[in-house]
Amino acid sequence: MSLTKEAPPAPATEPVLRKPSTRRRLVPYWLLLPGILWLVVFFALPLVYQASTSVQTGSLEQGYEVTWHFQTYWDALTDYYPQFIRSLLYAGTATILCLLLGYPLAYLIAFKAGRWRNLVLVLVIAPFFTSFLIRTLAWKTILADGGAVVDVLNTLHVLDVTSWLGWTENNRVLATPMAVVCGLTYNFLPFMILPLYTSLERIDGRLHEAAGDLYATPATTFRKVTFPLSMPGVVSGTLLTFIPASGDYVNAELLGSTDTKMVGSVIQTQFLRVLDYPTAAALSFILMAVVLIAVTFYIRRSGTEDLV
Amino acid sequence: MTQQQTGGDVRLTGISKTYGSFAAVQPLDLTVPQGSFFALLGASGCGKTTTLRMIAGLEEATTGTVTLGGRDITGLPPYKRPVNTVFQSYALFPHLDITENVAFGLRRRGIKSVKKQVDDMLELVQLGDFARRRPHQLSGGQQQRVAVARALINHPQVLLLDEPLGALDLKLRRQMQLELKRIQTEVGITFIHVTHDQEEAMTMADTVAVMNAGRVEQLGDPADLYENPRTTFVANFLGTSNLIEGEVVSTGTDIVVSAGGGKLRLPADRCPAPTANGGRLLLGIRPEKISLAHRDDADEIAEGRNRVTGRIVDSSFIGVSTQYVVESPAGKSLQVYEQNVERRARLTPGAEVVLHWNPAHTFGLDAAQDIDAGVETVEDAA
Repeated sequence: MSLTKEAPPAPATEPVLRKPSTRRRLVPYWLLLPGILWLVVFFALPLVYQASTSVQTGSLEQGYEVTWHFQTYWDALTDYYPQFIRSLLYAGTATILCLLLGYPLAYLIAFKAGRWRNLVLVLVIAPFFTSFLIRTLAWKTILADGGAVVDVLNTLHVLDVTSWLGWTENNRVLATPMAVVCGLTYNFLPFMILPLYTSLERIDGRLHEAAGDLYATPATTFRKVTFPLSMPGVVSGTLLTFIPASGDYVNAELLGSTDTKMVGSVIQTQFLRVLDYPTAAALSFILMAVVLIAVTFYIRRSGTEDLV
Repeated sequence: MTQQQTGGDVRLTGISKTYGSFAAVQPLDLTVPQGSFFALLGASGCGKTTTLRMIAGLEEATTGTVTLGGRDITGLPPYKRPVNTVFQSYALFPHLDITENVAFGLRRRGIKSVKKQVDDMLELVQLGDFARRRPHQLSGGQQQRVAVARALINHPQVLLLDEPLGALDLKLRRQMQLELKRIQTEVGITFIHVTHDQEEAMTMADTVAVMNAGRVEQLGDPADLYENPRTTFVANFLGTSNLIEGEVVSTGTDIVVSAGGGKLRLPADRCPAPTANGGRLLLGIRPEKISLAHRDDADEIAEGRNRVTGRIVDSSFIGVSTQYVVESPAGKSLQVYEQNVERRARLTPGAEVVLHWNPAHTFGLDAAQDIDAGVETVEDAA
């Protein structure tokens, strides 16, 4: 706005000023619109549909109708609680293994890789260029009876120990809990490494120097500075691993046996083979609720809000 | 304590650092006396920070040794050295509050009851009310004081300061210079301060080492460095110098040099360079030591003063003084700073003038050097 004497009187300029400001206020909403539409069509509506399915009764031949039959939830839970517990256990174990394997790797990429950093990052993502299914099937070969892995583990008597722990059976790995956890760990490892890397990479290297200057040994520096500062990465990495892993059914299906069925397999079977839609929908909701509660509790406990 | 009394001098012997084929620090010997405020001054890339980091143990010396109070600490990792650093970017731990930042060093040494010491230290840097804040909630100057407190609380034998005021604005920087000087006097710890700001080095330090291209050009107290620079780099980097090249006419207690069509004198004891009749010599004179007279008043200039005639090409009024640029046969642009005691209407650009000064204020330098070494260029100032 010009400040010269020729400028129009104040009342005349007022509407000119107001118009762009209302339009400007609407801009964020217009920008949000595609995202909101996407969420409504592909998330909110299916969720409502699924919720209504879970309280329907009937049969495939006669059709289903909403009867507010909440008993389905209770039945699903009592029938399939072993699979629920197993899912959380396997997903939890795989998450911990991912963290143990992924943290050192992310640390190396962030601080030690130097000019190899980008190459190593590409290598971390490289498996994604192959189908998830093919990679999991490959593990079937890797862990096959009489294969190199099983032979080595047998020779070293590792399988005796794992069998005693109940992770493997009869000196074989395939079709045991260990195989499923291995598959989950392998498939979700990149989802752990990438967020860990991003948050480690953001740490100012001078903080390490400062800690060393203040009498912290390298181990103490890691414990008191590096690890606390990487907590946002740890939290998002574990969530990105645990949430999909707890609902996964491919690994349990391909690498496990009927004794290692996870809740994802049950839901898949109910939907596609038994065609018991209400039970499948109820199971999905229970899984969602359990994961939501666990995640909320976890985020509260780790207290990373003011780190991000 | 006993070590502090028997002398905790920092002694660098033949210390150097090379990266590949690049020598960041040429082999240098340096002794920093116990309890002194020592400044390493130089432009960026002169090796001052590398030298400091070798004392801290953050950089491994290629050759040479670092001793502290007679003890060789060259091979010790940083966490075993009794020195602490105030980093250029402060490097405060963002996940810890101010108290825990300051207590960090104490806790690492297994000291449990830190409260009293932390409170005292925060009091010293006047941050008592900020104990529970996080670093990002503090201003730059406050963060800087936390960094000082975090280092000082450990009672290091030496405190290393790596451009600690670089990120602050001018006014705050002046304030913090006095603050740091006060703290140093109060705690009596040896401070080694790295800076590229010559004013900062001169106001704070007892001893200044001017570094250039990986070596120490000259070392001394600020006034001595300013009055008796031994190289053109020091003469130009510390303040401003007018350097006039001439030919030696006669030697003795006074050296007489012919330059720009006139004869200039300087005391022989202010000329560290070798002189011989017929040889070349650089004469140096600080701008504030020169007086200006209009050519018409040249008769009034006292006998025995050095004189150079010239023409004013530029003048800028600074307030406390007026700065003139004078073109003369002796030098293309001589700087003159005159106190604004009275208005001198005739001294305007274009006026013919005579520059005159006491020969005792003149210093001599070896003419074999680059006359412009250490002159601050636009890129350096940025």
